[in-house]
Amino acid sequence: MNHDLDKLPEIYERYPRTPQSLIAVLQDIQKEFHFLPTEALKRTAEELNVPLSKVFSVSTFYNAFSLHPRGEKIIRVCVGTTCHIRGAKQIQEQLENHLKIKAGETTEDKKFTLEVVACVGACAMAPVVAVDETYHGGVTVASCRKLVKKSKKGKKS
Amino acid sequence: MRIETPQQLTRLRKDCLARFNRHPQKIHVCCGPGCLANGAQKVSDELKKVIKKKRLKGFSVDALKETGCHGFCEQGPLVVVEPAGTFYTRVKVKDVEEIIDKTIRRKEVLERLLFTDPQTGEKIENYRDIPFYARQQRIALRNIGQISQCDIDEYIAVDGYQALAKALKKMSPQDVIDEVTTSGLRGRGGAGFPAGRKWSTCARADDSPHYVICNGDEGDPGAFMDRAIMEGDPHSVIEGMIIAAYAVGAHEGYIYVREEYPLAVVNLQKAIEQAHEYGLLGDGILSSDFSFDVHVSRGGGAFVCGESSALMKSIAGEVGEPRAKYVRSVLKGLHDKPTVLNNVESYANVPVIIDKGGKWFSAIGTKKSTGAKAFSLVGKVRNTGLIEVPMGTTLREIIYDIGGGIQNDRPFKAVQTGGPSGGCLPESKLDLPVDFDTLTEAGSMMGSGGMIVLDDHTCVVDLAKYFLAFLVDESCGKCVPCREGLYQLYGLAVAISEGRGTEADLDKMEKLSDTIVISSLCGLGKSGPNPFLSTIRYFRDEYLAHIRDKKCPAGVCRELIRYEVDPQKCDGCMACITACAQNAITGKKKEVHTIDQDACDKCGACLAVCKRDAILVL
Repeated sequence: MNHDLDKLPEIYERYPRTPQSLIAVLQDIQKEFHFLPTEALKRTAEELNVPLSKVFSVSTFYNAFSLHPRGEKIIRVCVGTTCHIRGAKQIQEQLENHLKIKAGETTEDKKFTLEVVACVGACAMAPVVAVDETYHGGVTVASCRKLVKKSKKGKKS
Repeated sequence: MRIETPQQLTRLRKDCLARFNRHPQKIHVCCGPGCLANGAQKVSDELKKVIKKKRLKGFSVDALKETGCHGFCEQGPLVVVEPAGTFYTRVKVKDVEEIIDKTIRRKEVLERLLFTDPQTGEKIENYRDIPFYARQQRIALRNIGQISQCDIDEYIAVDGYQALAKALKKMSPQDVIDEVTTSGLRGRGGAGFPAGRKWSTCARADDSPHYVICNGDEGDPGAFMDRAIMEGDPHSVIEGMIIAAYAVGAHEGYIYVREEYPLAVVNLQKAIEQAHEYGLLGDGILSSDFSFDVHVSRGGGAFVCGESSALMKSIAGEVGEPRAKYVRSVLKGLHDKPTVLNNVESYANVPVIIDKGGKWFSAIGTKKSTGAKAFSLVGKVRNTGLIEVPMGTTLREIIYDIGGGIQNDRPFKAVQTGGPSGGCLPESKLDLPVDFDTLTEAGSMMGSGGMIVLDDHTCVVDLAKYFLAFLVDESCGKCVPCREGLYQLYGLAVAISEGRGTEADLDKMEKLSDTIVISSLCGLGKSGPNPFLSTIRYFRDEYLAHIRDKKCPAGVCRELIRYEVDPQKCDGCMACITACAQNAITGKKKEVHTIDQDACDKCGACLAVCKRDAILVL
């Protein structure tokens, strides 16, 4: 797969080239490509003078990173405690049905990735679904269909 | 512009205050996470549009403030007209024009947008009179909802950075530590360690440099107090950190913010820039010889990084694995140097303590737990939101007086505090005062302040299973008791919830829990069995119902329940047929529907959409 790795040098410029910058650099790469391409991991190891094994270890430890391409839009179902007791599992299953993928997967057209997240901190509005950085509160089984439809129509954010 | 002297700061404060109050009326739009999720941004944009269009005398767009979380999230989006405190709830874009025309132009109150007291049925105009607010005492949350989210001038207008000036000019580092010690401030992150003692140990440590870290990794699901502070009043945290740095002799600090809070990162960074411009961060703060700078470090989405030693590893760009506790981070913390780590709310309390004195602070709350504590009051409670109450307030006062009781008047079952490290307290414990030691004694803990209210539709076995699943997922895997022990506990909880458990399993779980508590490496592992231990302590009967009777009394555990249509109530609206993903429900319009038990996967979607209560859980 082709990725515009030309963008990497600009990312490296943002931080001191020390091992301490590793997580911040990986976060920016993740943001740019929606995942961490293998080539980028190798380049990062060289640039920051960190063993590749350690880059890999950090990339797989933190939930924020993905080694596989993700969709243009990330739909995150909050499954924090409050959302859980207010029916987050049902919401998750509804979205899985509408998108025809399981949580953690990406649709074939690479438009959506469905994820569960431990808590987005909007507990008062539980259950909450976040489409990229837009939060939707008080989501119901019935409103899931509309949410997916709207997200499909919406511009790439 | 650099502020060189405390006198300059005082003058600036006067200017800021004059500007802050130059409009006789102000509109505050709550842009906290709850209100934003309900469309507050659209309301605010519309307000700006209408204000510009109407060109009112003495009222410009500057009189509109997008504030942090005002607290009463349940009623959002919230719009408050100050100084009258007129409190409009559930405001929609279509209400905006009328608010401007009537409330701003003619000083009339729009009755229909006011809060109705569910007890008396009366409309309440001023939010300060609503029980939800009237019973609170806001210290850490003092400015949130009162000032724009990220404006240093407004922070200065409400006495911001005065405490820093006082500390730098009139107090020695030891004086600052003494004041914090006098205040009795205990760490708001959950463990409740006395801040003064921590600072004093760090200040005396020989090794250098010293670091100051703010833990903004609010990982407990169900808690959002720190988020509200970082987003809504970032300067209070930064000021608290500068004062701490001065006290312990640090010149560099970090705020570690969790990955899920992007707006907190943006607002903190903005606030840091503003503080730099004014010379409140950087070299020679307020012309003293004290220098301090602070960086924002974004987390990677790992619960374990809320643990202090794991957090410090993460800041250093490494995998966040905790280390053994006998190496104290206050002596060997970030980069193995002496480090003070406190959480967001603790730092937000510091400027007030310096300003009003440790004695003032210690007079609030209880003897051993001083001050007030912020909670996110959520779950099946009527008034969900962000609150701050004096320590020692009882659970009953919080849940019934402030929270307005249980949603839909259902029976109270338990309240969960302390996140995955805490536990559930039953009705018999409702009159316990909320403070660090009382909650721990009762088998739960204060934690960072998530308070999740449960009603009779919540199954405690399911809840314990939920927390154990969370912990299994988030365990860093470094030590065996946590990695393997919690996994086994989880497996047994699943078996019970599916009706496969035995009473011998309960004994096994209790023994295993003891082992995990004793032998885990870090606090998260040690407290991991708490959700099980506290529920088995207070709700053993419910576990036994799953084991002996193969029943889930709350109607939650899927393997032990079935759904049926009540033919008396079903009006054949077909809503459940549309919602059922398994196509398990059949029936024609206006005829009673039926559920095929073999096809039903018990997801509960039918129950959720039925408007006639015609779905029975058996």
